[in-house]
Amino acid sequence: MYKYDEYDQAVVDARVDEFRDQVRRRLAGEITEDQFKPLRLMNGLYLQLHAYMLRVAVPYGTLDSRQMRMLAHIARTYDRGYGHFTTRQNIQYNWIKLEDAPDILAELATVEMHAIQTSGNCIRNISSDQFAGAAADEVADPRPWAELLRQWSTFHPEFSYLPRKFKIAVIAADEDRAAMRLHDIGIQLLRRDGVLGAKIFVGGGMGRTPMIAPEIKDFITADDLMSYLEACLRVYNRYGRRDNIYKARIKILIHELGADEYRRQVEEEFAQVKQLGIDPPAAELERISAMFASPPFDPAADDEVDRSDPDFAVWLDQNVRQHKQRGYAIVNISLKPVGGIPGDASAEQIDVMADLAERFSANELRVTHAQNIVLPHVRIADLKLIWDQLVEARLAEANLDLISDIIACPGLDYCSLANARSIPVAQKIAQRFADPARQRDLGELKLKISGCINACGHHHAGHIGILGVDRKGTENYQLLLGGSGAEDVSLGKITGPGFDEDGVVDAIERVTDTYIAVRQKGERFVDTYRRVGMEPFKEAIYG
Amino acid sequence: MVDDIAHLRFREDSPHEEPAVTLDSFLADQANATAVRIEPGDDARLLAPYIERLALVEVSFPTFRDGRGYSVARILREAGYRGELRAQGDVLVDQVPLMRRCGFDSFAPTAAIDPEVLRRSLDRYDYHYQKAADSLDGGVQPIWKLRHG
Amino acid sequence: MKLITGNDLATGDVVWWTGDDWSRHVEDAKDAGEQAEAIAREQEAARRVNVPYVIEATATAEGPRPAHIKDRIRALGPTVRPDLTLKPADPTAGSWVI
Repeated sequence: MYKYDEYDQAVVDARVDEFRDQVRRRLAGEITEDQFKPLRLMNGLYLQLHAYMLRVAVPYGTLDSRQMRMLAHIARTYDRGYGHFTTRQNIQYNWIKLEDAPDILAELATVEMHAIQTSGNCIRNISSDQFAGAAADEVADPRPWAELLRQWSTFHPEFSYLPRKFKIAVIAADEDRAAMRLHDIGIQLLRRDGVLGAKIFVGGGMGRTPMIAPEIKDFITADDLMSYLEACLRVYNRYGRRDNIYKARIKILIHELGADEYRRQVEEEFAQVKQLGIDPPAAELERISAMFASPPFDPAADDEVDRSDPDFAVWLDQNVRQHKQRGYAIVNISLKPVGGIPGDASAEQIDVMADLAERFSANELRVTHAQNIVLPHVRIADLKLIWDQLVEARLAEANLDLISDIIACPGLDYCSLANARSIPVAQKIAQRFADPARQRDLGELKLKISGCINACGHHHAGHIGILGVDRKGTENYQLLLGGSGAEDVSLGKITGPGFDEDGVVDAIERVTDTYIAVRQKGERFVDTYRRVGMEPFKEAIYG
Repeated sequence: MVDDIAHLRFREDSPHEEPAVTLDSFLADQANATAVRIEPGDDARLLAPYIERLALVEVSFPTFRDGRGYSVARILREAGYRGELRAQGDVLVDQVPLMRRCGFDSFAPTAAIDPEVLRRSLDRYDYHYQKAADSLDGGVQPIWKLRHG
Repeated sequence: MKLITGNDLATGDVVWWTGDDWSRHVEDAKDAGEQAEAIAREQEAARRVNVPYVIEATATAEGPRPAHIKDRIRALGPTVRPDLTLKPADPTAGSWVI
């Protein structure tokens, strides 16, 4: 993975110094909250329901054991013993003091971490495929491109006061494991006539008006990438709406201009920008790519595993994915224990995962946008050992991609933007479907819950989605069916009138019962929904 | 209203005294004006053919959150504008370093800027990842250039 | 009744206006009445509170009860982590919120 050189370190250190000064000025009253807010947001510091919340960046979801241990240390020292992994592959701490924030950033900087641009109207964390570098289906590791863009976007002087936030995702396979089409810019690496390049999609997003990003550029090579993205962002910065916060994302601009007109404006700008020589030389991508070389795999690694322990076998089948290298596997650690809080991990659990990574996974971990953790390079021969330790740490829930593997935003329990609580709903659903055999029978069922229209829980992209709303002062929940953030991208449809907390759990059970009743062989829930439509489900829910 | 400009002007020449006209009037009937004022919604490229004649372009920031002026500045510098490029309005000290990188070389903030805080801000970052207006004419080298020469 | 609430600038703690000071406990909150907005602005300017705002609440035997569930959650803590609330030992605290 990427390692800082003196320049990267200098940038992060300077930022720590800058923020320390900004906090000092805020505490001394030299700047108002209104002036300070964009500055603290650009360092990932929110003021939430209970305290300040700090969102630490995990660039394209990749980190090593040393960094993971630092995250545990931060949780233990400055927070209340836990952290929350997010749908953009970052980690959040909910109980931060403003006066501690500069010290936290200083500590993070010692392990090449930061909270730069994890909020604010600027370019956010570049996300990627959590199986990058381990999956057999990728044309190349997407992360070097993501790193190139991370550097390009960091403190970009022209794009620090955009109309709204800007999210970029980079993938390199036909299977989309990063919800790429639902980002402001989605980049898919591919080869054409042997040349590595990328397709660029612009204008996706969720929130109040979810949209799937249309293709804007058919094929671009790395040596034009930065200029092209510069052009995309400049058109947005100049013409994105600033009159209405709910219409300020680039998806609205593209929707209003039309993809063809937006593309035309970008090409026009690109022609100008390309002359500026802002694209780094090939040597820079090579330098970065060299750091993402595969770890030294053992070509004689054993691919046999003893399945005699039935619980281990279940976990093996559900949470372990095939690796590109024979004898190796990709381990998925679920942070969704039934009845627990989706995406949360205690400092102790974070340390356990750090140890496992160091010992068994070439010292590397990934955070997924589904709020789980990945050990990307594990020997099959070590799987049982790993599982034993996960069991002891209560990290062995065998529910990857099943109905209890719920994506849930923090909701009204933590977030000042929320209209309703999301975590209790997630807990009740998981408990209703607690029976592992029942879950496996239901199969792949991506359930996503957002506590408000900002859609941090990605509810539009859930096979089953839930949106919490405030209905005359009480919490109410809308149910959506048929969304997907994968390569079969689609936006969920609302079933009808909303429910209270218990009502939505009952409604979901009627939905899954209907699926069981009408499904055909091989159909996932979302496949059945697409075949039979909303009617049978609506009928079952509302009678 | 305009702060003491001595520490907010990064040019050697004398300040330009002529009042600025709006972009619309400049294009319509004030083609002899030497100072133009650009509002966030104006198209800076319309000014590109005339930059040789201009000594001052003032870019308005009605609210510091409206970042369109940053693009205006870069576009003008990229078009070859060498005159004074001033950011006027809701300009806070924390934005000045970014604005400098976009090509602004003078500032007329509505609220006073602490010169000591400004000095620290401008001295803080030795390196930058990306090219911007400060890289034109071979000025600031982005980090990738320092890495590879 | 009208309560003023906000967050402590340095720590982020949820605080409630008691009439002359800020407390972390909603039980200490007092009705700020018609002056609520003015007091809030004054306290914010003095940096004794961050982003204060005025809310409706009803007086009850256990103390003021904010009208909106969001502020009740702020008053107590996250409903899903009773151990992290201001009343970790009280098993009935959660039902006060809801």
